Amino acid sequence: MVHGFALLLVCQLIGEVAVKALSLPVPGPLLGMLLLFAGLLVRGGLPDALRDAANALLRHLMLLFIPAITGVMMYFDRIAREWLPFMAACIGGTAVTMIATALTLRWMLRVTGTTRDPE
Amino acid sequence: MGDVGLFRVWVFLSSSPLLWLTVTVLVYLAALWLYARSGGHSLVNPILLSVAGLVGVLHFTATPYPVYFEGAKFVHFLIGPATVALAIPLYAQLERLKSMWLPIGVAVVVGSTVAIVSALAIGRVLGASHSTLMSLAPKSSTLPIAMSLAEQIGGVPALAAMAVAVTGISGAMMAQPLLNLLRIDDPAVRGFAVGIASHAIGTARAMQVGTVNGAFAALALALNAVATALLIPLLIGVLRPLL
Repeated sequence: MVHGFALLLVCQLIGEVAVKALSLPVPGPLLGMLLLFAGLLVRGGLPDALRDAANALLRHLMLLFIPAITGVMMYFDRIAREWLPFMAACIGGTAVTMIATALTLRWMLRVTGTTRDPE
Repeated sequence: MGDVGLFRVWVFLSSSPLLWLTVTVLVYLAALWLYARSGGHSLVNPILLSVAGLVGVLHFTATPYPVYFEGAKFVHFLIGPATVALAIPLYAQLERLKSMWLPIGVAVVVGSTVAIVSALAIGRVLGASHSTLMSLAPKSSTLPIAMSLAEQIGGVPALAAMAVAVTGISGAMMAQPLLNLLRIDDPAVRGFAVGIASHAIGTARAMQVGTVNGAFAALALALNAVATALLIPLLIGVLRPLL
């Protein structure tokens, strides 16, 4: 578990340093994620310590988001001023995105004749 | 005497990071309890409840957000390693990814592009300011990605966090009726669409619906995080004259 957590931190650190050093347009933790994914592909298997650390973090992902979202209290005046475009873009955009994604994937599965493994 | 003693305790506590860290975790646990009590009702979203509760407590105690964040930052910090940890659900879907790479690849690019462009278009038409638009653009990617992307393109991270929350909660609420209306039966397609449109909050909902639903939502969430980070600079560049 601690080994797994250390590995996550090391990947994030490498990601952050690489993004700063090379001025890449992606967030450091994302690069860290891709790095870890590539590492798992090369290694060909998921170590238990890593699985435990990842599960512990991802199980309560919602808790981690709370302090940042609470920061919205500093922008109440802006939300009050721009609530209509803000809410319409969030809710309307989500509906349009869900419809476009579902129709595209269904169509692509038909066109390519891909069959899923039945479960 | 008693009042002075209480006041001293409050002065000590309110300036210690321990208080607001503890309050954050306790409010979250209370929200989870209420969510479970409601039978997992999507209106009783744990994030919405926690944030509403915390904003209320901070307002009532006249605590400025930066003071609160001194404590809450210890939880906030873990978003970084949690983002790296998304490699694990992605890796777990490796076999599916291999057999369906072309349909999935096309659906990610289309879905991610529609998410960014629709947010910008609706916001622009209804008169959102530039920094609000830039905070809205990455809203369908998961929170840490959306916050750092918003900052890079001139948005406000906290507004991006709010947009991500509204997107996730509304997506979780509309998913079942909307996909039923479109007559999408395949649980893989259903889960994937929810994961692209409404990231981790939608994925949490998809996981309640079923295992295939949940697995494809997690796959979509991880792929959309990557796609949004790559597409945002490109699309913002192309659309700049219109924004």
